[in-house]
Amino acid sequence: MDMTVANRIEAERLAPVTTAAKPAKVTAKDVNVYYGEKHALKHVNVDIPDRGVMSFIGPSGCGKSTFLRCINRMNDTISSCKVTGLITIDNQDIYDPALDVVQLRARVGMVFQKPNPFPKSIYDNVAYGPRIHGLANNKSELDQIVTASLEKAGLWGEVKDRLQDSGTGLSGGQQQRLCIARAIAVNPEVILMDEPCSALDPIATAKIETLIDDLRSNYCIIIVTHSMQQAARVSQRTAFFHLGTLVEEGPTEQIFSMPHDQRTQDYITGRFG
Amino acid sequence: MTDIVPQPAPVIPVRRPSAEQSATRLKSRYAVERRFKALGLGSLMLTGLFLLLLLANITLNAIPAFSEHAAVMDVTLDPAVIDPDGKKDPAILAAADYASLTRAALMTAIPGVEGRAAKKQLASVMSSGAADDLRAKVLADPSLIGKTIKFPMLLSDDADLYFKGEGVKASSRPGTGTITASDSKGQITLTSADNAFAALTDTVSKFDLEKDDGGLVLKSSMPSHLVALNGGLVKLSKISPSSATGEVLTPLTSAGPAVGSAWQFVTYGAPEGNRQVNDQAATFLEKLKASGVVQKNFNWRFFTSGDSREPELAGIRGALVGTFLTLLVTLSLCVPIGVLAAIYLEEFAPKNWLTHIIEVNINNLAAVPSIVFGLLGLAVFLNYFGLPRSAPLVGGLVLALLVLPTIIIAARAAIKSVPPSIREAAIGLGASKQQAVFHHVLPLAMPGIMTGTIIGMAHALGETAPLLMIGMIAFIVDVPKGLTDAATVLPVQIFLWSDLPEAAFQQRTAAAIVVLLAFLLLMNGAAIWLRNKFERRW
Repeated sequence: MDMTVANRIEAERLAPVTTAAKPAKVTAKDVNVYYGEKHALKHVNVDIPDRGVMSFIGPSGCGKSTFLRCINRMNDTISSCKVTGLITIDNQDIYDPALDVVQLRARVGMVFQKPNPFPKSIYDNVAYGPRIHGLANNKSELDQIVTASLEKAGLWGEVKDRLQDSGTGLSGGQQQRLCIARAIAVNPEVILMDEPCSALDPIATAKIETLIDDLRSNYCIIIVTHSMQQAARVSQRTAFFHLGTLVEEGPTEQIFSMPHDQRTQDYITGRFG
Repeated sequence: MTDIVPQPAPVIPVRRPSAEQSATRLKSRYAVERRFKALGLGSLMLTGLFLLLLLANITLNAIPAFSEHAAVMDVTLDPAVIDPDGKKDPAILAAADYASLTRAALMTAIPGVEGRAAKKQLASVMSSGAADDLRAKVLADPSLIGKTIKFPMLLSDDADLYFKGEGVKASSRPGTGTITASDSKGQITLTSADNAFAALTDTVSKFDLEKDDGGLVLKSSMPSHLVALNGGLVKLSKISPSSATGEVLTPLTSAGPAVGSAWQFVTYGAPEGNRQVNDQAATFLEKLKASGVVQKNFNWRFFTSGDSREPELAGIRGALVGTFLTLLVTLSLCVPIGVLAAIYLEEFAPKNWLTHIIEVNINNLAAVPSIVFGLLGLAVFLNYFGLPRSAPLVGGLVLALLVLPTIIIAARAAIKSVPPSIREAAIGLGASKQQAVFHHVLPLAMPGIMTGTIIGMAHALGETAPLLMIGMIAFIVDVPKGLTDAATVLPVQIFLWSDLPEAAFQQRTAAAIVVLLAFLLLMNGAAIWLRNKFERRW
């Protein structure tokens, strides 16, 4: 198992990215999350660089999704959830009471585990974000945004003739790419992806992974995944979470080839999880 | 989380039943299943049977109410009666005595009726609505004055029922011997030297009849016996073998003898006491029928007129309009309040003890007996706010109280059934909570909300008790024109009619029930259609 992963890393990382040199886009300092009495995330410290892909791996319930949802404050919608510590994007505290959460979510897009297009037309799905944020002054600008977003998401060729068809009529992989197009239509800086391929077949997964690879030159992408192969394939840095703590974080090839922590070693070699 | 360490598999002690045992067990399991299915099917069929019986009964009762009988007669529109001044002033035309014209037409159609009682009897064959119809026709076209027109005159409810029913079951047999009439009209005596009535006395002797001067006195609880002679008809009241006393129903052409086959015994098989139409009226109706002027029409009046004390004139228009206005008030109050309350409770309200108490109480309100809402309406809307009694406005307010919990519960369920992923998608894009709800959740919940609303409205449509409390049970003839006019609603109209003794009202009650059921079916059908059309799957 570990050999396969190592081989893949060797094969796919032809030009290892020097992530350490980049400035941190998202920074977390001593982040704790509580669901009522439950201490779900403990003392997480991490720097996430811009223009790259960071993957969070770990067994179910380890807190990786919880942490992801802290970055665009989706946890605000859960009333029992309490977040302490500091999370900054471009050195700005996102839990600052003066900061508008709606503005934050326009900067931090999110793609969910299950494709969740609105039951509206493909066009309206992509146009919804720009509309509510007033990003387009007229119809032609909106058309441009929709077209560009769909092109960036690699979906334009497949849907350009049926933009008025319902978004829910697409296949699972197309729906997920539509959700990515919808997220990038508001021109975010950070894109959060919560297990974006777990509901998709291998071919659709491959397309999404290619897309993520294309997008990383423009965005800071954070992806939660259960698939270690996927983390190895798409990300430059990887963080391993276990039982609510961030165990280890580093360049992907290092995490998969010579992790410092025994728990990481056990997890990536399939001994638990 | 734990390392996988090979452990010896625990042994589960299994007692394998023999093939015979398992076959028996299997058989009994299937038998239980079969019994359950048979019971379920049985109860379903029983329910269906009762439903079918109920519907068939109501429909069969209602069918006669959807038709009416009228007699087409020549009516002379006498200018001296309608418009003595010749000015064609609508006020004068409207005030004229049209009843005298219709009566005259009837007298012409059935000549030879004499005596106050008989004339009154003849007039009662016709509905008072005939004169009203004639007035409407003349007012619509005053140029008809002075002409003689063919006009369908509505018959009274009893006459109508007579034609819808089996009539008098008349039968006749030829007489033998000679009888002689003492007079041609009024109370007369028929005498026979050769005991011509002996055949009849034998027939009636099985009834326990009183004797008077050697004659048997006939009763109304037995079939009526009549004698047809000299072109007239005599109803016998006392008979002996040699003579008979009776009342002339149709005048004879002459008094005097009739021999052998020139006269007949006529029997009305249905006893007069069991009929709404007496023998005198029956002869009039039979005459009308024989002259071919009676026609059966669809009873449009039932749908176009308000309530009336005369069954043949009574309609459901007033009740339908009242129902419509009441439901309009209910709908326009319930939908916004109910839906917004549901949205607030489901999406925005903090989950604390207060909202919990509110939720529980909304559910409790849905179970409160409807009469309580009526009392509340009486105390609050009528007594405190002084709103008009019997008005659709108040009815609508009361029904809104009744339906609101239903709509809130349905709307909450519909909102809850929208997958959270849709909310997350919107919120993740930077939509505010309110935008997420109104742009995405509400449109998706709308079919469910509409279904709940329609079912709630159907519930309100059939509601009677609370409306009784606020005075919508009054006898109201006029069709309401506004929200504050006195009105009644369809179920209350049914309740009112069901109390009336006339057979024709019983049929109208059934007909009104059919209309109500049709509306209910329509609304429930609409709810199902909406649900199927707009239901989305994720």
